[in-house]
Amino acid sequence: MSMINYASREINCKLVYYGPGLGGKTTNLEYVYQKVAPASRGKMISLATETERTLFFDFLPVDLGTIRGFKTRFHLYTVPGQVYYNASRKLILKGVDGVVFVADSQLERMEANVEAMQNLYDNLAEHGYDLTRLPFVVQYNKRDLPNAAPLAELQQTLNPGWPVLEAARQRQTPDPLHPGELLVWQADGQWFERAPYYEAVALTGEGVFDTLKAVSKVVLKALG
Amino acid sequence: MHGASSWSFGEREAQRITEILRGLLRESGARSALLVDRTGQLVAQTGEAPTFDATAFASLTAADFSANDQLARMLGEQEFGALFHQGERESMYLADVARRVILVVLFDNRTTLGLVKLRVRGTVGALAEVFTSMFTSGAEPPRMADGFVGEAEDEIDRLFGE
Ligand SMILES: Nc1nc2c(ncn2[C@@H]2O[C@H](COP(=O)(O)OP(=O)(O)O)[C@@H](O)[C@H]2O)c(=O)[nH]1
Ligand SMILES: [Mg+2]
Repeated sequence: MSMINYASREINCKLVYYGPGLGGKTTNLEYVYQKVAPASRGKMISLATETERTLFFDFLPVDLGTIRGFKTRFHLYTVPGQVYYNASRKLILKGVDGVVFVADSQLERMEANVEAMQNLYDNLAEHGYDLTRLPFVVQYNKRDLPNAAPLAELQQTLNPGWPVLEAARQRQTPDPLHPGELLVWQADGQWFERAPYYEAVALTGEGVFDTLKAVSKVVLKALG
Repeated sequence: MHGASSWSFGEREAQRITEILRGLLRESGARSALLVDRTGQLVAQTGEAPTFDATAFASLTAADFSANDQLARMLGEQEFGALFHQGERESMYLADVARRVILVVLFDNRTTLGLVKLRVRGTVGALAEVFTSMFTSGAEPPRMADGFVGEAEDEIDRLFGE
């Protein structure tokens, strides 16, 4: 839930990185922290355990500067991936404006990815949000590893598409990033839509900013 | 079920909120008062300017309150309406406002917890009125000026351009 303060002329938007434990969410934020000019970002806060795994969340505020008179900020959050931290995950989704799902491409993490995706959907629903109507992008991380699953398989499993019911959205839409693929399409008389996806190697930063750019643009469009 | 929503407040509400918070500081002898929404965003600040990172502070405050909400539920309570963190010199008192925002009062040994608590009670009532009417009257979702989105996109490309 973005907050627009007309008195202090500020807009804050909340972006949440979600996904299975050890998928690379914290690494995404660390890369953003390193690369964004210090004047444009705040302190990165990590509530982590001694073994450096995210316990509650990581938090990084990023400042877009003043746009049309409004100081515009993104608050980036990650959630802990471990199953037993579901209460924290749910809390962090409160008031979310946009979601990045960071999937771990490794074949043996497929089940953990599926569980995390379902958990995201359920936790959003408990807040009364519908994932299919939120700004949402999927990041396939760890593409550098030899045991990374093929993209088609990841897409089929994690981002197969959801039915589009609003007539206004039922229009074939190509995926601008992947020639020959569609974001909205018709099959057997039904319309489907899937989230835009990005390949990434968060460890080297590959794909990190593309993902962030994509989700933040959709979030801002919702304000226009 | 819905997607992203937003809320906003204007000059008039901001003034009213500042007025209420100033009154609280005057009557309680506290140093500073902050309002943080439940999602972790700083809404207002009055009194001595904080020497810490207020954005980070707001995010941690919301987390603190949410975590304590869960603890309350485990005890069979709906919520803890207020929390108190005591330091050697600096203390903070946090109180829920209409389940929308959290009032944070920072004070030192020039006043007492008892007095702060007492004054916060009235303040919470006054703030709750402002926020409740804000959330019920704001049926129309706020929209930014023409050109905002285009400019914001350019800024995103610049900042996240590597
Ligand atoms: N090979 C490889 N390792 C990665 C990549 N991204 C993250 N990692 C590593 O995966 C581990 C877990 O990352 P982390 O960001 O803590 O995951 P989180 O639990 O989702 O926050 C760390 O050891 C990272 O260095 C990547 O793209 N490739
Ligand atoms: Mg992490």
